Amino acid sequence: MIIATTINACSSSEEKKSQVSIDGAAVGFPISLAVAEEYGKVKPEAKVSVASSGTGGGFSKFCNGDIDIAGASRTIRDEEIKKCKSKNIQFVELPIALDGIAVIANRQNNFVKCLTIKELGKIWGGESDGKILRWNQVNPKFPNENLKLYAPSSDTGTFDYMTQAVTGKAKNGRTDYTATQNQNLLVQGVAGDATALGYVGISYYIQNQEKLNLVAVESPTGKCEKPVPVDNVIKNIYTPLSRPLFIYVSKKSLDTKPAVKEFVDFYLENSWKWVDSVGYVALPDEAYVKVIRKFASGETGTKFKKAKPGEPITNFI
Amino acid sequence: MQNTNYRDNPDILSRQSLNKNASEDISEKIVATILFACALVSVLTTFGIVVIIFQETFSFFQEVSFAQFFLDTKWTPLFADRHFGVWPLINGTLLTTAIAMAVAIPLGLSSAIYLSEYAQPQVAAILRPAVELLAGIPTVVYGYFALLFLTPLLRNLMPLEIFNALSAGLMMGIMITPTVGSISLDAIKAVPRSLREGAYALGITKLETIFKVVLPAALSGIIASIILGISRAVGETMTVLIAAGQQPRLTINFMESVETMTAYMAQISGGDSPRGSLNFKTLYAVGAVLFILTLALNIVSHWVANRFKEKYE
Repeated sequence: MIIATTINACSSSEEKKSQVSIDGAAVGFPISLAVAEEYGKVKPEAKVSVASSGTGGGFSKFCNGDIDIAGASRTIRDEEIKKCKSKNIQFVELPIALDGIAVIANRQNNFVKCLTIKELGKIWGGESDGKILRWNQVNPKFPNENLKLYAPSSDTGTFDYMTQAVTGKAKNGRTDYTATQNQNLLVQGVAGDATALGYVGISYYIQNQEKLNLVAVESPTGKCEKPVPVDNVIKNIYTPLSRPLFIYVSKKSLDTKPAVKEFVDFYLENSWKWVDSVGYVALPDEAYVKVIRKFASGETGTKFKKAKPGEPITNFI
Repeated sequence: MQNTNYRDNPDILSRQSLNKNASEDISEKIVATILFACALVSVLTTFGIVVIIFQETFSFFQEVSFAQFFLDTKWTPLFADRHFGVWPLINGTLLTTAIAMAVAIPLGLSSAIYLSEYAQPQVAAILRPAVELLAGIPTVVYGYFALLFLTPLLRNLMPLEIFNALSAGLMMGIMITPTVGSISLDAIKAVPRSLREGAYALGITKLETIFKVVLPAALSGIIASIILGISRAVGETMTVLIAAGQQPRLTINFMESVETMTAYMAQISGGDSPRGSLNFKTLYAVGAVLFILTLALNIVSHWVANRFKEKYE
């Protein structure tokens, strides 16, 4: 009986060594899933498990040492770094793709073509709560119509990033907008409401182009830019409303489990092929080169924490 | 087993004939132990949940005062301008529950009365399972049905927001109808036939008999069914999460989007908030309020069932 258990324990720890586990953000999850599937085709003996329990849930398991890779739609927070440190877990921060935030309006809306960051700040900022309720308050050129707002709920990375980008402070958003975690429902809301404005991840716009108007956003150079074609996001022409998505790889797993290193190598070298098909935007070519180099060097810690919305991501790898 | 004089002690005789031998005696004990362990699992689970909820709630209240939680009217823990007033969430729960019960009580009770007093046995044999089938539909289906079918339909009649308390509440009402209906049906059926016959003998019409004799006699069961329906509505998550939206508002305007306590908890647990942060602890504080609310409902239901119980014979 005792012998049997030890043999079991032995083989299961052997098995664990060849297992790779990822958990984290729902945004970006499809990329990891696609990579894991393709990896399974190349290396059928590999065991990669992918889950999505939110960035917070992912980091919680990651810093507990339960998983090897955390998917994140935002950078790691201070309290999470602290938790990781207490468990002696160091991490390698790797951007893997971009997500553009598309500002959307109803198909019938014929007056809003382009918005400045200042106007967006006025529309979405916390100070406008209960005050900016009509379009002509945003810009006197707009008609005196109801301004109905639809956006991802306040616990999403998209909300954090948008508020950071348009008001300069993350989470500094107004509270009186229609919120949901399910961005398909936001598309439905804006499509069915003539005076509505909203923002969603770019993939949700692309899938529903015929139902929505895409609103251009004025870039720092003063030109109105749209996130479609996605080249504008890759080249950072559509800025500042695009953000990087990350995976955080545990240094401990890298050192003890060769399967993890192999998988991440595969991830960084091949994920660009499937990024579009699951609704995200690939990194610029030079960023991939830098990410792969960074991973090879095994450099730990976060650099993106200091990044401001709109800054080219290659500066932080 | 020892040798006993059966004739002197017939009680032992019967017990011994039940436990024919020692091995059967042991297997009986094993079965009893296993069954006890199964019962214990649910007790321990409840205990574990209660301990964790209140532990985390305690640490939540070390950072947020009771006044902030119960006296503020805004719930914005995830915004830069943070407020922790729980009332908008309680309001959302009560509003959707009220709408649901406004549907479920009349529908459930009428169908129970029809099935027990009017329907032909063949009709009842088909109708009752059909009504109860509603209870078997997953709640996520109800949610999307409300959002994608009921809301657009109602929007033809009134200026509803895409997420609104009304269609979530109506849908939840349909969902709870079988709960209210089948429990009150059992209560109505349990009223002795002699009571009805007594009423008829006095020359009272059928309708009067139902309202003045049968329903009062079944009152405890009916109220219990209603309270059970309310606690289902309060605890329902998927339907309100999908159809009522996620905007905590202190309003009785059913055309607007509201957020219930359960929807908020679902939102936080799947979201990007770091575990262990104050944001995440709000989950437990709201959970504790919800727990206390449903516990109170259960206690009231027990009390009512005993208080209004009419005993026959």
